[in-house]
Order: sequence, then structure tokens, then C-alpha cells
Amino acid sequence: MLAEKILFIVFAVIAVASALNILLQRNPLYSALSLIGTLLSLSALYVSLRAQFIAAVQIVVYAGAIMVLFLFVIMLLNQPKDQPQVEKQKGLKYLAIPLAGLMIGEMFYVLRPIRLSTLPTDQSVGNTWSIGTSLFTDYLLPFEVTSVLILMAVVGAMVLARREGD
Amino acid sequence: MVPLSWYLGLSALLFTIGAVGVFIKRNVITIFLCIELMLNAVNLSFVSLSGFFGDIGGQLFVFIVMTVAAAEAAVGLAIIISIFRNRESLNVDEVDSLKL
Repeated sequence: MLAEKILFIVFAVIAVASALNILLQRNPLYSALSLIGTLLSLSALYVSLRAQFIAAVQIVVYAGAIMVLFLFVIMLLNQPKDQPQVEKQKGLKYLAIPLAGLMIGEMFYVLRPIRLSTLPTDQSVGNTWSIGTSLFTDYLLPFEVTSVLILMAVVGAMVLARREGD
Repeated sequence: MVPLSWYLGLSALLFTIGAVGVFIKRNVITIFLCIELMLNAVNLSFVSLSGFFGDIGGQLFVFIVMTVAAAEAAVGLAIIISIFRNRESLNVDEVDSLKL
């Protein structure tokens, strides 16, 4: 269908453009805002892949919670503007572009054999019911381990960000 | 229908942009944002392969990757705050105490 291809191209262009904008901005605040643009267009692509639950979680958790945490820290640190820019390793900047070209060439080489497969019409994969069923049966152990991970992250973040002597 | 390779190509492109950002940026927060971009690129290929093979496992992995990303953001930003308190700088080139 042509409409799906047009939607894919629109959102892919938005995603790549805001990803490039992350690299072009000098202020990390604008970088964080353009990463939100990438996250939102990826969420639209998830809807076109019929992963509606993941699309909603992407907006709520990523664009909502994680990026707000980033923005808080950027505004809290609010780096003084008159600091001299030190760049000790200028060579890395010129090495990065050829290495990136090599990497993307490799990836497209790997992708060559799977050019023309299309999305199956099965609608049941990806809704909240199927995700919840497998999360609490087959994948119960990873789900429980995740809760331990989050507990450790909370304790670790509080210990690391605490002021000395509190 | 959109072919699978388009999604995987977009995922590869976003991952490469994130990797380039880790190389060329000097601000530690921007490097962290580029790591999040790479995680999202991998998430896109997980979801597209999950959709095309009709297997729910890929989407559950995306769920777990998001949890790990949230934990990583909390701990990483706490480390950034404590680096900034000690050195008054966010430039990674100035944090070189481990260098001989």
C-alpha cells in the first residue's frame, strides 16, 4: 500500500533529521528536545508495526519520564557559558565519519538477503493482552529480575547524588 | 506494505548516528543522549523483527530494554551530578584522573 510507505518515509525522515540535530546543537537542552522528536516518530513507526502497547509505553516512559529526568539535570547543572572549550582529541572527529560509513555499509550488507519480506496480517501479536499473557507466564523471571534492577538503580542514584555529610 | 529491510535500514542509520555522536561530542550529557538514541535504534529492530516473525518475544525485550534504560538514566545522571560537583565541568576531556 502506498499510504503506509509514505507514512514510513515521513516519520523516518523526521527521526533521522532530529537525530542529526542532536549532533549539530551545541546546547544539550536542544539536543534533548530533538531526541524527544526522534522518540515520538519511532513511536509512530511502532504503531505502523502493530505494536500499539510498545508505542504507548515509548511515549509515557521514554518521552515522558526519562527525558524529563534528563531535562531536570541539564537545567540543574546549567553550565556557565564563558567556559573555555577544551578539545584534546581533535583526531577522533575526523576518524568518526569513515568509521560510521564502514559500519552502515556492513549493516546494509547484512540486510541484503531480507529485502522483500512484508508484515504478516496476524493482528493478535502486539496488543496488551498478548504482551501481558507472555510477560506473566513465559517471561516471568526476567520481569521479576527487572524489579530488583530498578530497586538497585533507585538506591544507587540516591547514594551517588547525595551531598557529603548529609 | 513496507518491507522489513526499510525498518532495519532506518534502525542501522539511527544506531550509526548515535555511535558518531559518542565519538565526536565532548559534553557528557550529549554523549548520554546519543547512548539513548542507540538503545532506541536497537528497539526499532526488535519491534520490526517481532512484527515480521509474529513472535511476541521481541516486544517483551523492548520492554526490558526500556526498564534498563530508565535505571541507566537514573544512575548515570547521578554520576554526572557528582562529577559536576567535584570538577565544575561537563567536558569529558577534563575528567582524566585515571590517565597516566
